[in-house]
Amino acid sequence: MSILDSKIPAGHISDKWTDHKNHLKLVAPNNRPKIDVIVVGTGLAGASAAASFGEMGYNVKAFCFQDSPRRAHSIAAQGGINAAKNYQNDGDSVYRLFYDTIKGGDYRAREANVHRLAEVSGNIIDQCVAQGVPFAREYGGLLDNRSFGGTQVQRTFYAAGQTGQQLLLGAYSALSRQIGLGRVKMYHRHEMLDLVTVDGKARGIIARNLVTGELERHAAHAVIIASGGYGNVYFLSTNAMGSNVSAAWKVHKRGALFSNPCFVQIHPTCVPVHGTNQAKLTLMSESLRNSGRIWVPMKKEDAEAIRKGRLKPTQIKEEDRDYYLERRYPAFGNLVPRDVASRAAKERCDAGYGIEANDTNEGVYLDFATEIKSKGRQAAFAQGDHNPSEEKIISMGKKWIEEKYGNLFQMYEKITDDNPYETPMKIYPAVHYTMGGVWVDYNLQSTIKGCFVAGEANFSDHGANRLGASALMQGLSDGYFVLPYTVSDYLADEIRTGKISTDSPEFESAENEVKNSIEKFLSNKGTKSVDFFHKRLGLIMWNKVGMGRNEQGLKEAIEEIGALREEFYLDVFVPGDANEMNPELEKAMRVADLIELGQLMAVDALNRNESCGGHFREEYQDTEGETLRDDENFKYVAAWEYKGMDAKNSVLHKEDLNYEFIKIAARNYK
Amino acid sequence: MASKFININLKIWRQKNANAKGSLESYKLDKVSTDSSFLEMLDQLNEQLINEQKESIAFDHDCREGICGMCSLYINGRAHGPDTGTTTCQLHMRKFNDGDTIYVEPWRSRAFPIIKDLVVDRSAFDRIQQAGGFVSVNTSGRTMDANAIPIPKADADKAFEAAACIGCGACVATCKNGSAMLFVGAKVSQYALLPQGRVEAQERVVNMVRQMDEEGFGNCTNTGACEIECPKGISLENIARMNREFLFAAAKGK
Repeated sequence: MSILDSKIPAGHISDKWTDHKNHLKLVAPNNRPKIDVIVVGTGLAGASAAASFGEMGYNVKAFCFQDSPRRAHSIAAQGGINAAKNYQNDGDSVYRLFYDTIKGGDYRAREANVHRLAEVSGNIIDQCVAQGVPFAREYGGLLDNRSFGGTQVQRTFYAAGQTGQQLLLGAYSALSRQIGLGRVKMYHRHEMLDLVTVDGKARGIIARNLVTGELERHAAHAVIIASGGYGNVYFLSTNAMGSNVSAAWKVHKRGALFSNPCFVQIHPTCVPVHGTNQAKLTLMSESLRNSGRIWVPMKKEDAEAIRKGRLKPTQIKEEDRDYYLERRYPAFGNLVPRDVASRAAKERCDAGYGIEANDTNEGVYLDFATEIKSKGRQAAFAQGDHNPSEEKIISMGKKWIEEKYGNLFQMYEKITDDNPYETPMKIYPAVHYTMGGVWVDYNLQSTIKGCFVAGEANFSDHGANRLGASALMQGLSDGYFVLPYTVSDYLADEIRTGKISTDSPEFESAENEVKNSIEKFLSNKGTKSVDFFHKRLGLIMWNKVGMGRNEQGLKEAIEEIGALREEFYLDVFVPGDANEMNPELEKAMRVADLIELGQLMAVDALNRNESCGGHFREEYQDTEGETLRDDENFKYVAAWEYKGMDAKNSVLHKEDLNYEFIKIAARNYK
Repeated sequence: MASKFININLKIWRQKNANAKGSLESYKLDKVSTDSSFLEMLDQLNEQLINEQKESIAFDHDCREGICGMCSLYINGRAHGPDTGTTTCQLHMRKFNDGDTIYVEPWRSRAFPIIKDLVVDRSAFDRIQQAGGFVSVNTSGRTMDANAIPIPKADADKAFEAAACIGCGACVATCKNGSAMLFVGAKVSQYALLPQGRVEAQERVVNMVRQMDEEGFGNCTNTGACEIECPKGISLENIARMNREFLFAAAKGK
């Protein structure tokens, strides 16, 4: 018997959330000021939750490690946010968004959660517009949309290539309003280093003030973790440098189960790696696949000539190009889901057609020439010029591209020194998003009472692969429209609890544990930097727990990461003191958690003897290289229980997935 | 692109904490790839310092793709370095030559006190935002349909251009008066240009300007350095719009 109760309400899928909300307990306005709520993280999920709880009248404390809540990494999301508005009249509906998301996730997400997400998606856009988020508009003054991968409708709302920035600034403005009103207390440059539980309930956190180094105790009646994903376990990823798993991992260590850690999204369109001193990878938005065509040379000798610098991509004739996504997946073309596009790029590069002149030759082209011509002609026609010159077409086409993607093109040029208006972009897949995370029930509560987890930090909505423009949707849905109801239901039983003291033995011992681990790092007489170990972890993860995985590699990874962990504690050198700003100490604490997590990812990947979504086990593929799921044996959420730093001892619990309203099938984008 | 390696000299501001006296320290760094970003170069220097068992240099950074606004740095006397329209994390070493000496200092402004080395405290920006940088709407989701009010594309585009500000503080750091008017003007403009923000535009501009003054930012004398150094190209037009909004509100006795 599973210990996991997903608490999915009964009833028809379209009624579950409404019925559930109607029966959740409430906390009266006069009782809310007696209740404290902690929110860790101020990205879309955290900022929207903190703002909402502040508005409702609870005492809120919000924490972020950055110098301002506005810097959380949601800010870097580029392409857009999905919503089932059907403004484009192309047959979209709540059901279709629900269906696309379940299918995109390769049938490894919970139906009820995903349907709820689709239901509230429209409200998110209404809310954001009301907050003054400047979405892109058409000349008629109404909102514009575009397409993202894994869909055949246009349901993505956007603000140039800076949608995440605009949405986060919207949530940040709502949060700022509550801070200004004194209803939220903001702790910036603070990092959560442990969760404190009392009698099995989350009762607060230990945080370190990153400016003074002081350890602080903060108590609350409920703790919400919205600390983002763990892509930085690969060292190189599109995540921000500070993105980390620590808050989620501390919760896991205190008893919350951690789900599907091996479900990682490798995004197909990123700027390729340039060298060993590289610290991060940069995403080129999926929205570019609306306009760009992906190709490699048809002939190996052309690919080699390009790598050697003897040929330019623009010199390769049309018939000598292999638009491999259009060839393999004619129904969705360049807009197949991310996992499919990434594997297809790897397949071509592994076969010797890669065009980048780096150590691995890993790179493919994303070409805008066709779109520049077609949009240029349209623009000329719209001006009444029905016989435009080639020159005019190209110039107007470039203008069109600039308006849609200007900041992305500029970003690309800055990094590579190449002008993508003139020559195709060079791209390659990179680690981007993590579908796995802390296990939560339908109410977003973890297996620790009073500890809720939202946004990328939880596992709930994207199955084995997230569709583009769905992360922003989930973050805001969790924070604005789910947690305010479900956390209030939990807090309804806390109105008689009274103020929670931080003078308890539980706070004392949690603080001491943190203090000891800090002292251990600072007194270690090691010789190597934190980055030295982080880079080695990243290489193991990328090579053996990356885009392609197999039994032997995973077994090796589990042993290698275990050995790396021991070496890390013996030989890491952390300069500076505890009682000051100390970036190396911050990194050391985060990398310690990433190492443990990395090993669990390999354990999880080894356990899952099937291929689904972003989890591609080389042993399980069909003759055309597509994923082979095993629904009979693996149609479940893997939820791991912590049993010490060695993940080999972690205990697996299973939550079976039931598909009542969608017929489960092989994913087909052909 | 042909990558090569250069050797450089660095003069970097080191300061133990807010109260300590700081100074420029000299460093030599060899084999820097011209494809590295400026911050990757600093990572490389920190790695070298740690290998010598020395304390690394503290600097703010996070997204490293020019959008979070966390990175700063005065490089050779210019905010975010020699390139325009760029943040420090997007500045690449190909803009420098072998043998160059590069000066790296923190933002210099009374309203941005130094915390350590190259890290400054920009929380004054947050407090300005808290004073009025929002639309007073609750987060129920029960507003009107997003397409209920058509907004002319030109207004929406202008609001977006103002909203593109990343809050890095280069405008303040580069201004001889330490003025924050480009930052505040951009926020005031974004909302003033949209019907949703128009309703409380007067209260907003008065409250934000009051907070800006309390934080110790200087006044604007129309030099325009802020616009040139802004990595997102926020236009001076936004300052003009803020002044107009402020005068209008003042005339109404707000």
